[in-house]
Amino acid sequence: MKIKSIEELKKIRENHLDRINLREHGDTPDNRVEVMIGMATCGISSGARDTLGAFTEELQKEKLNHVKVIPVGCIGYCHSEPTVQVNRSGEPPVLYGNVKPEKVHRIIEEHIKGGTPVKDLILEMDFERA
Amino acid sequence: MTRVRTNILVCGGTGCLAGESEKVLRNFELILNARGYGEEVKLIKTGCFGFCEQGPIVNIEPDDIFYVRVKPKDVREIVDEHIIKGRIVERLLYQEPKGNEKISKQENMPFYKKQLRIALRNCGLINPEDIYEYIALGGYEALGKALTQMTPEQVIEEVKKSGLRGRGGGGFPTGVKWEITKKQKNEKKFIICNADEGDPGAFMDRSILEGDPHSVLEAMAIGAYAIGAHKGIIYIRAEYPLAISRLNKAIDQARELGLLGDNIFGTDFNFDIQIKYGAGAFVCGEETALINSCEGRRGEPDYRPPYPSEDGFWGYPTNVNNVETFSNIPPIIIKGSVWFSSIGTEKSKGTKVFALAGKINNVGLVEVPMGTTLREIIYDIGGGIQGGKKFKAVQTGGPSGGVLTEEQLNTPIDYESLTEKGSMMGSGGMIVMDENDNMVKIAKFYLEFTMDESCGRCTPCRIGTKRMYELLNKITAKKATMADLDALKQLAYMVKGSSLCGLGQTAPNPVISTMKYFWDEYLAFIKDIDHPRGEGKYEAKNKAGIK
Repeated sequence: MKIKSIEELKKIRENHLDRINLREHGDTPDNRVEVMIGMATCGISSGARDTLGAFTEELQKEKLNHVKVIPVGCIGYCHSEPTVQVNRSGEPPVLYGNVKPEKVHRIIEEHIKGGTPVKDLILEMDFERA
Repeated sequence: MTRVRTNILVCGGTGCLAGESEKVLRNFELILNARGYGEEVKLIKTGCFGFCEQGPIVNIEPDDIFYVRVKPKDVREIVDEHIIKGRIVERLLYQEPKGNEKISKQENMPFYKKQLRIALRNCGLINPEDIYEYIALGGYEALGKALTQMTPEQVIEEVKKSGLRGRGGGGFPTGVKWEITKKQKNEKKFIICNADEGDPGAFMDRSILEGDPHSVLEAMAIGAYAIGAHKGIIYIRAEYPLAISRLNKAIDQARELGLLGDNIFGTDFNFDIQIKYGAGAFVCGEETALINSCEGRRGEPDYRPPYPSEDGFWGYPTNVNNVETFSNIPPIIIKGSVWFSSIGTEKSKGTKVFALAGKINNVGLVEVPMGTTLREIIYDIGGGIQGGKKFKAVQTGGPSGGVLTEEQLNTPIDYESLTEKGSMMGSGGMIVMDENDNMVKIAKFYLEFTMDESCGRCTPCRIGTKRMYELLNKITAKKATMADLDALKQLAYMVKGSSLCGLGQTAPNPVISTMKYFWDEYLAFIKDIDHPRGEGKYEAKNKAGIK
């Protein structure tokens, strides 16, 4: 296919954004959100991989390119895996427990898009980080 | 749609390939597939990250974790620990030469902190063999903008206002060059990309072509539109097989999408690019010699004027620009000349890419704003001298440049300041020497190179460099007298003043500058004067003899 106008080029760009949206680059927005998913042994055995998959799939579908999904190690809440921590810049991090894939939609809709944490999924963090 | 959650970027630049990054890549593929993660993790072979000292480099995104010196056998651990379980493999993180701190993120490393990447913007970020990754980062939008929204005059005006100057070393304003070529009333015009990078130790152009070939193609098309050319040539040395293969792929892909060829972006602008291979002669980086070589003749320079802008390839007006110059063009068109000219010093705008080599901790490719001091490049970005030794000198501009010493380390880098100090910007090679290096032998090394590379057309260069080399040999063999030193000095200025092209005119620079700053080291080799063997303590009498 030949590109015949700048609009066509921009359309191609749109369609291929997912190729690079995981990577850090010059156009990365400031309002970035990090979603950290506990992927240690406890997390994996409770199904964290499906949760991670649900996040990336929905975020890509919604074209929420400012959200980074990062697998991390165990943070000690093995009783409530899979755990997901959402970091929005300028706000204290929020930790969710028992996040099965079907709960991912609510977190994305209410917290990441809406800005209000999903209260009934929150795990109280009772430790300080150094 | 497969849900890709992680990108693994493996450096596929020449340096890392030599460190078995191809095998690293293959191991990732095998192990990820064996573990059942092949679908959700994407592997990308990128261009050079610049941090060649620490290669092979593996960058995990979006986690933004930067692994260094990854061997094929380390791959299993990265997959099992990091990709599957989210645990960072500490032992493969970068560690500062001074101190024990491990750094996991690229932006926190001193090596990257002071850099500003314009020409290298996509190197290490995209797969250079995939045009869609380039387009996804806004590629070819500058060409679209130029063709559909700007007149050729406006393009030239924008480049002129940006203050961009030739990055091959000459420093001639690019916009002015384009304007001169445009003004020629000729049906046929050519635009040539000079990718004949010849300085020993320099690899800026190679890395750009390997890591982001489309940026050069796009810029050439913009330049061709501005000057009214329909045909472009990339003159590249045959010793760059990887760059050549990636360029060929890029050209094919661009043709397929109609970004090269007839009626680009639906306008009546036609442009296509052809690659010419050079045999690797240093002098062919000089534009008239380059054009002769393109025409199939001996790679010898011609008298200038007339300049190629008036009388170039087969007698037609021809615009020759360097790879790095071209790769700066698309951002200038998209972001504007005001943005570009806000970076750098009064007379030198934008950034410059340097290839750091020699006795420095972080050998690699760096891009810094003009006006950054040599000290910042060598100590902050480069991490200082290897083995904690003392800094002695830095050679900029390759065999055409000169040495700069400790005293000049605070010089802000731009075209004028380096020339003023007796060296030159050059194409960007930067070779660092420590206290153990003998400067006379360094000068001899460079002179041997230029003597070999002299094309032989003009006498001062052909015979003068040979005689200078013989004198230097005599000196380092401790058989020379003071009269030989005088003869060498005289000959240096003679060759500099009377050679035909830049090669001969600059060939004596290493000798002249080492004589100026390290006269003592020359004297230490002389047999007919009485001096203490302890280096550096001898107060030279005829130091004033050097201009």
